[in-house]
Amino acid sequence: MDPEKRPPAVSRRQFASVAAAAAAGFILTACGPKRLRELPRERLAALLEDLEKDYTKRFGTAVAVADTPPIQGVTFAYALDLSRCIGCRRCVYACVEENNQSRDPEVQWIRVLGMNKDKGIDFSESDPYYQPAEVPQEGHFYVPVACQQCRNAPCTKVCPTGATWTEPDGIVVIDYDWCVGCRYCMAACPYGARHFNWAEPTIPRDHLNTKTHYLGNRPRSKGVVEKCTFCIQRVRVGRYPACVEVCPVGARKFGNLLDPKSEIRYVIENKRVLVLKEELNTMPKFFYFYGT
Amino acid sequence: MSIVSQFSRFVAGSFRLVRRGNAAYWAWLAFLAVLIVSGALAFARQVSEGLVVTAMRDQVSWGFYIGNFTFLVGVAAAAVVLVIPAYIYDWKPIREIVIYGELLAVSAILMCLLFVLVDIGRPDRFWHLIPGLGHLNFPRSILAWDVLVLNIYFAINFVVVTHIVYRAFNGRHYDTRIVAPLVLLSIPMAVGIHTVTAFLFNGLAARPYWNSSILAPQFLASAFCSGPAILLILFQVLRRFTRFEIQDQAISKIAELMAYAMFLTLFLHGAEAFKEYYSDTQHLLYTRYWFSGLGEHRTLVPYAWTAVALNLSAFLLFIIPAGRRHWVTLNLGCLATYAGCYIDKGMGLIIPGLTPDALGEIYEYVPSLTELRVAAGVFALGFLVFTLMLKVAVPISLGEFQHEPAAGEAH
Amino acid sequence: MRLCVMTLALALVAPAAAPVALAQHFSPAPLPRAGPPRAEERVEVPPPPFTDGIFPCTSCHATLKVNRVRRPLADMHGDIVLAHDEQHRWCLDCHDPDNRDWLHLASGEKVPFEQSYLLCGQCHGEKLRDWRAGVHGRRTGEWNGHKGYLLCAHCHNPHQPRFRAVTPKPAPARPSAAK
Repeated sequence: MDPEKRPPAVSRRQFASVAAAAAAGFILTACGPKRLRELPRERLAALLEDLEKDYTKRFGTAVAVADTPPIQGVTFAYALDLSRCIGCRRCVYACVEENNQSRDPEVQWIRVLGMNKDKGIDFSESDPYYQPAEVPQEGHFYVPVACQQCRNAPCTKVCPTGATWTEPDGIVVIDYDWCVGCRYCMAACPYGARHFNWAEPTIPRDHLNTKTHYLGNRPRSKGVVEKCTFCIQRVRVGRYPACVEVCPVGARKFGNLLDPKSEIRYVIENKRVLVLKEELNTMPKFFYFYGT
Repeated sequence: MSIVSQFSRFVAGSFRLVRRGNAAYWAWLAFLAVLIVSGALAFARQVSEGLVVTAMRDQVSWGFYIGNFTFLVGVAAAAVVLVIPAYIYDWKPIREIVIYGELLAVSAILMCLLFVLVDIGRPDRFWHLIPGLGHLNFPRSILAWDVLVLNIYFAINFVVVTHIVYRAFNGRHYDTRIVAPLVLLSIPMAVGIHTVTAFLFNGLAARPYWNSSILAPQFLASAFCSGPAILLILFQVLRRFTRFEIQDQAISKIAELMAYAMFLTLFLHGAEAFKEYYSDTQHLLYTRYWFSGLGEHRTLVPYAWTAVALNLSAFLLFIIPAGRRHWVTLNLGCLATYAGCYIDKGMGLIIPGLTPDALGEIYEYVPSLTELRVAAGVFALGFLVFTLMLKVAVPISLGEFQHEPAAGEAH
Repeated sequence: MRLCVMTLALALVAPAAAPVALAQHFSPAPLPRAGPPRAEERVEVPPPPFTDGIFPCTSCHATLKVNRVRRPLADMHGDIVLAHDEQHRWCLDCHDPDNRDWLHLASGEKVPFEQSYLLCGQCHGEKLRDWRAGVHGRRTGEWNGHKGYLLCAHCHNPHQPRFRAVTPKPAPARPSAAK
């Protein structure tokens, strides 16, 4: 090599700045998982494989983590018949089983509020702890509340890290690996629909639902927020949410808001429909109606 | 002489200053150390077991930590805004008073950031908030705004105090071209951090108790009470134990300003109470929970009326000229202001905001021992930093402690 | 001339139809097909919920004389308590007197048990309409595919259609004190 053309010796200062830049670059690209929302599909697939291995090891049973995408032309919506609900709480427990909620400490995505018929829907008069021998109780009606999947969601807006967002099919989801647990979304939610893992969640091994979705019912860690996803792992493959199927009185309805022939559109067009706290302009995709 | 060796001499000098002190100084440090260790142990337990060791639950998802955070943002803001009267009344070279306000601001912001850190469920993921490294949901999330303004405010104040002290250490006057714009910027920033923090709550339509446009002015008014309350006590301590000078007239003037700020606070609270009680909507529930309790749920009622009594008496003490001149009533007034605002803006803001919860349930939150210990630890850490910074800054800015080139070269 | 117009019409329709078919072909997933079934359409349901061994009814009734008198049932069916507009209704208003394996409408038209919803729908027309739309009653199957329907009688005892009260599942735990 021609000595004249040799590059000048790298000064210590130059070396240090290059090293610093390289280190910063390394940290930026390689430092743990980035937001699942931004992850390219190939990297997501690899990540989900790791998750499956991790869960399978942790629970000692094969766990599948799907990444079923939204279906084009579909916006999910839900309707609940207040004149039918008897407050039996079958939905609460079906949801816990389906969506791998912690048994201890207890996390429940659905809260059934017992209400007085002479007070109407008044939250300050509601009681989620009713426990008579039989339901429905005379003079009472029941309002089950879970995530209302708002179109103008106050919870996603406030998240400081962008760890929660609305999917193209209208489901508000949380990235459990990106949530820092600040609970600002819980303060922002007018429906008490968001729940925090105050301690490490526990699920008995034989009760784990091993068919999971990465934005839905996969096992969570302590210190993160979770909520109803309309059973994203079921509805994106055409099934009904677990609570719809289990409801013994058929009070729960579900379907595609964009399909004029769907059950949900039938309800909206033919029944008396209301949404909770309408004045907050959250525009829920969870409707309550009177079937009779 | 290279900057590095100059700066390392400054650091060494600071260490020498910090190591000098009488028995009271060491006892104070030991006391803070005990609280810090206790807080650290409690925090370690909280990290390993989860926030289940706090009294917060889904119903009341923010508590003591966020209450302290909110209060301290006010302290940080007011400490610097106090610079304004320093300009207006022009009673002393600006540098001396600015420095103490900014030192307090630096310590208060440090405590704020620590309170956020201990409150979050996954402190190991705090880096998710760092733009570039993580993802900051700016400008949509007001919490993202708060993270930004708090850190910028922290940086501004830290740069200013370090610069002033460092220059003084080297026997030089600070560079006005650096300090003046930064100090001027820190004034709107101080208003900014508190406004943004108010908006953090204000913007949540889900919580009617917070969703009131009077909140930001209320925050600022109460900050103008609590911030100066700390500084007034500090000035008296410094005057007693160092060569630091401040005229009685200046102290009395600050107390007078506090009286006006307290009047504004009471007025805004009154305006809010009128609107709530007279219109008597469903949203009155939260105010009623604070002032009279709901049914058998009355945990906060004594705190509410204590705060009212403290604020009222502080106002009366300071609105009467004689009250702010006598050192006993002056300090009583400061303590009453501090305590009143602390109750009002800490627990009085956060807990009724979340009780009853969004679905009407009443869970009576009372901080757990772990929360109290962690919070005490954070306060102790903040006071430790404040003490040490004062220990360095006071003698240097009074010109009592300087780097002497001859002595330095002899080594 | 007429032929000519029809050809033209076809030509106009054909190109318009093609892109629709293409779009359907390439759309990532099928849109939910079909809404409520039409009135005449027979709805696919699981077998009616007969008491074990009771059907076919004709195995006893074929040889029995038809008794149209309203009376307490002594020999058989004593377990049936009628609480369904019992002031105005009696067994043979719904069960066909000539062939007990069938039901019949007010018009006399016979309907099988598998289509008993037509019978119920005579009075509860709005419910039938909602049920056909998939809105009254329990839903199984797929929201965008095959929807499972149940007969009215799968949930409502036709003789006492009102639901019986049930024991609720346990209430949620109250927020506990800090550990």
